[in-house]
Amino acid sequence: MKNYRYLILRRLTQITLMVLYIGANVWGWKMLRGNLSTSSILGTIPLSDPYAVIQIAVTGASLGMDILLGALIVTLFYGVIGGRAFCSWVCPINIITDTAAWLRRALKFSEVQKRFYMSRSLRYWILGLSLILSALMGVAAFELISPISMAHRGLIFGMGMGGGALVVIFLFDLLVHENGWCGYVCPLGATYSLIGKFSLIRVFHDAEKCTDCRSCITVCPEKEVLHMINRSSESVLMGECTNCGRCVDVCQEDALGFSIRSFTKQPKDEE
Amino acid sequence: MSTKTPNDRRRFLLSIARGIGLSAMGALVWSAYVGEVKAAPLVLRPPGALDEAEFIKNCIKCGLCVEACPYDTLILARPGDNLPIGTPFFTPRSVPCYMCTDIPCVPVCPSGALNEPSVSSYVKNKAVLDINKSRMGLAVVDESSCIAMWGIQCDACYRACPLLGEAITIETSKNERTGKHAFLKPVVHADVCTGCGMCEHACVTEIAAIHILPRALAMGKVGDHYIKGWDKADEKRLEGASIEVTKTKMSEKSALDSLNDEGGL
Repeated sequence: MKNYRYLILRRLTQITLMVLYIGANVWGWKMLRGNLSTSSILGTIPLSDPYAVIQIAVTGASLGMDILLGALIVTLFYGVIGGRAFCSWVCPINIITDTAAWLRRALKFSEVQKRFYMSRSLRYWILGLSLILSALMGVAAFELISPISMAHRGLIFGMGMGGGALVVIFLFDLLVHENGWCGYVCPLGATYSLIGKFSLIRVFHDAEKCTDCRSCITVCPEKEVLHMINRSSESVLMGECTNCGRCVDVCQEDALGFSIRSFTKQPKDEE
Repeated sequence: MSTKTPNDRRRFLLSIARGIGLSAMGALVWSAYVGEVKAAPLVLRPPGALDEAEFIKNCIKCGLCVEACPYDTLILARPGDNLPIGTPFFTPRSVPCYMCTDIPCVPVCPSGALNEPSVSSYVKNKAVLDINKSRMGLAVVDESSCIAMWGIQCDACYRACPLLGEAITIETSKNERTGKHAFLKPVVHADVCTGCGMCEHACVTEIAAIHILPRALAMGKVGDHYIKGWDKADEKRLEGASIEVTKTKMSEKSALDSLNDEGGL
């Protein structure tokens, strides 16, 4: 059970949020209305997707007070506390891509397949491109194709053909590239990587306890962030870390754990 | 000066160039899709919606208006509906807008895509929601399939209209074919019709003979060249009228001079 603590917590969070949204639409619950683009807690506190709001802003639209405030609240929450936690604790696509990655490992596809090269920075290019297109076309460009929005809207308001997009992402991650969507393509994840770069909650690695079993690197969807494993005791500081806690779950030696970011430059010198 | 070797610099510049090349490729496909999908001129929006171009700029696709609608009139466009995905719309033939007086769908809009002032009236300097000010579309009658136009008695649309006797009136004329009956023709008044679609929903023909079109499609625009000289309010438009003088080869000189100069006279 200990090996799945954070995984189970994450799934519970993701599913609870979706159930609250669906309950709001179907049975009129007041707790959390709307969807992940913009919601309203108890009809008073707004929450907005900062990336969607930026896209709307660059089209030249006059932004409503609620979405500005909502985006500010969300940005502050992830920027100060959560880091890129949206991706692993909230986003429903995460369940699909985690499943694909798990299946890919179980079936040992990566050992057989020649690596299909994609750059980790592809998502930042897509992020930039989406803003340019939004400005030129006068409509939030990524929001029109976002499979993330299709997924949560689909679950809450009816899927339509959106299920196809989810199957495509699953197959892409399973057959083309490990963690392809979340780790390379998704510009929303890229936005949260930038927002969460300086957040407080960080995974800390204690190199003294590490036995170099590499289990953490095997399960990590953003392997580059764990560059310090077995080398030095320090926090995982790269913004791409989703704080999913899988590495903490699988580590048998307690060499990894959540902690508050240390503000001294080189934590390893403190010891 | 720099520790970079020329090859490092080449590699860096080339990787940027590759990124730009790939982006341009992506932009080609992406923009074509976006351009197609936002060209949906027939879509009907909730009350208080901004003009279509502004509406799809502003709408954040949260569905709060859809959840607020007590009649399930509003639907968020799903993939496959061939409309801008995630934006709210309604199909009056299935479920029209029932014109709630408290307009629950509008004040919940967080982005301003549904504009509260446009559906508010001012009573003693206080803004009060007024659904009758909404302009979701305009009812248009197809005279060839409207059975009232045939002389069969039907006033379904007239009776269904929430602004009965104002948005749709009945115009009577003699049925010359029978010589003893009357035509009861429905006439829509664009200055009152809200486009709620209750007439389209009520229409008895197989495909509705009266249907709601977006106002931008259903209506023309007179422009500044014609004014109702007998209407004080319309004459006011003269004040803001634009003056545009076009000169062609023929109209360069006055008409008289132009004739006198003909043939070197």
